[in-house]
Amino acid sequence: MEKIATRDAYGNVLVELGREHNDLVVLDADLAKSTKTIKFKKEFPERFFDMGISEQNMIGTACGLALSGKIPFASSFAVFATGRAFELIRNSVCYSKLNVKIAASHAGVTVGEDGGSHQAVEDIALMRSLPNMTVIVPADAVEAEQAVKLAYEYCGPTYIRLGRAKVPVIHGEDYKFEIGKAHVEKEGKDVSIIATGLMVAQALEAAEELQKVGIDAEVINMSTIKPIDVNTIVESAKKTGAVVTAEEHNVINGLGSAVAEVLVEHCPVPMRRIGIKDAFGQSGKPDELLEIYGLTAGDIVKEVKELRGRLL
Amino acid sequence: MDSVQKRELQLQANQIRQDIIKMTGQAGSGHPGGSLSGVEILTVLYNNVLKMRPNQPDWPDRDRFILSKGHAAPLLYAVLASKGYFPREELWRLRKLGSMLQGHPDLKTTPGVEMSTGSLGQGFSVSIGMALAGKLDKKDYRVYVMLGDGESQEGIVWEAAMAAAHYKLDNICAVLDYNGFQIDGTNSEVMSVEPVADKWRAFGWHVIEIDGHDLEAIAAAFQEAQTIKGKPTMIVARTIKGKGVSFMENEVDWHGKATNPTETEKALAELQKIRG
Repeated sequence: MEKIATRDAYGNVLVELGREHNDLVVLDADLAKSTKTIKFKKEFPERFFDMGISEQNMIGTACGLALSGKIPFASSFAVFATGRAFELIRNSVCYSKLNVKIAASHAGVTVGEDGGSHQAVEDIALMRSLPNMTVIVPADAVEAEQAVKLAYEYCGPTYIRLGRAKVPVIHGEDYKFEIGKAHVEKEGKDVSIIATGLMVAQALEAAEELQKVGIDAEVINMSTIKPIDVNTIVESAKKTGAVVTAEEHNVINGLGSAVAEVLVEHCPVPMRRIGIKDAFGQSGKPDELLEIYGLTAGDIVKEVKELRGRLL
Repeated sequence: MDSVQKRELQLQANQIRQDIIKMTGQAGSGHPGGSLSGVEILTVLYNNVLKMRPNQPDWPDRDRFILSKGHAAPLLYAVLASKGYFPREELWRLRKLGSMLQGHPDLKTTPGVEMSTGSLGQGFSVSIGMALAGKLDKKDYRVYVMLGDGESQEGIVWEAAMAAAHYKLDNICAVLDYNGFQIDGTNSEVMSVEPVADKWRAFGWHVIEIDGHDLEAIAAAFQEAQTIKGKPTMIVARTIKGKGVSFMENEVDWHGKATNPTETEKALAELQKIRG
């Protein structure tokens, strides 16, 4: 299966959008080569603003551009874009409901060798706690491209979580992403695996393994964390009676929490959350880190079997 | 500025002061001290400088004003009402449930408010984006922004200052309402901002230092700023916190406290007496 990093898809689609739309502007905080906004910078230097290493001012400036009719995409690493600039995003972007897009790369532990200081494992939590914010976590390059295009069309604060590592392209050209709509990647009746980001590919792999031992898993790609697709979660939980979530993020206040909030109110079923167990990351190769933090297809298989075992 | 114009502005400034006292007194809370210190600056700005259409607040070619020191909301509201952005009666609903006049400026509820502010430093940063957009679109509108002295202790102020100079944003004119006080005391006690004019010069800004209550000096500074090319301008305006009300002047307690009914009466009587 072909592998492409979602940040690369972002960089490419920005250029494409830039050719079509004059009101698109891009900001970065001295990480254009890493976030891939450099491609836009090369083609449209007059519409690209490097704000230097000052993420707060990057977000404030993006607000001023949005208030002047531009559609700004602001990029940095997820740690800095959402953490360093959090209160700007709260008070200037979300409180004022401005049309600012924050597309942050290097989310999760698959940042790799740079280590824990640069691996955002709390960005989904921060962003989904803000009123007016839409939170999108693309699973692959195809979805990332569509998410960026739809974020451009959508009017309102938007966070798009992108990764550094190359991830399998699981969707074909005919795939259609919709903001706020989960996508059932594989139907099944025994257990619902609800995943986001690069964990969707792992979930699909896990589902294949589970099939071999007679467990028919449903795999749901929850690419919009907020607003979350309540119907798809509830329908699937009603059908399967068991849910396992999987995310490359702290288990606190990420996808697992969002799904649990839905289930506990609408359809309480036994549930397990796979994610980083309230810890920071560390240096290592992306694959090694996924293994250490329990974020592989094998971990999903194990968790599903354990949950099923308890239910039988 | 001839003497008739000057008298007119003085009367307006006095009225704005009375409105600030009445508004905050009625609300029972708010920030009168730092509102009173900026009265002359905004009176000149809104009467002599800004290109605007109060009946069309989103006119694309308008000059922008952002009150980055958002706690001086009563000042901004009194000025906006005087220009007809909304009915004057709204002033008496300041800080009340459902009011269009929130405790700090909110662009979603109040016509004429260009940016929601209150968290210090953010409005100034937003002005950078507005100025960049103006340059990009080759529009000749200007972006005005008022900061507080305590506010300039926020790191983002200097991030934005650096960016404005880097991008040669000569369409920005900032004003520092330098009244010398913040919540916990004087700037020099809490966190010294001096030498403030030198700091702005070092960051690549054109700096004009004036008496922030001198109407003619304020008008001249705004005029000078319009002639400066290739760099942004900062007007360092020396002001008096609580200006115009004897018992409030240079008294730190009036940063974030409203007058009680007796004090309101007393303050209004003083202001009416000055008005003559």
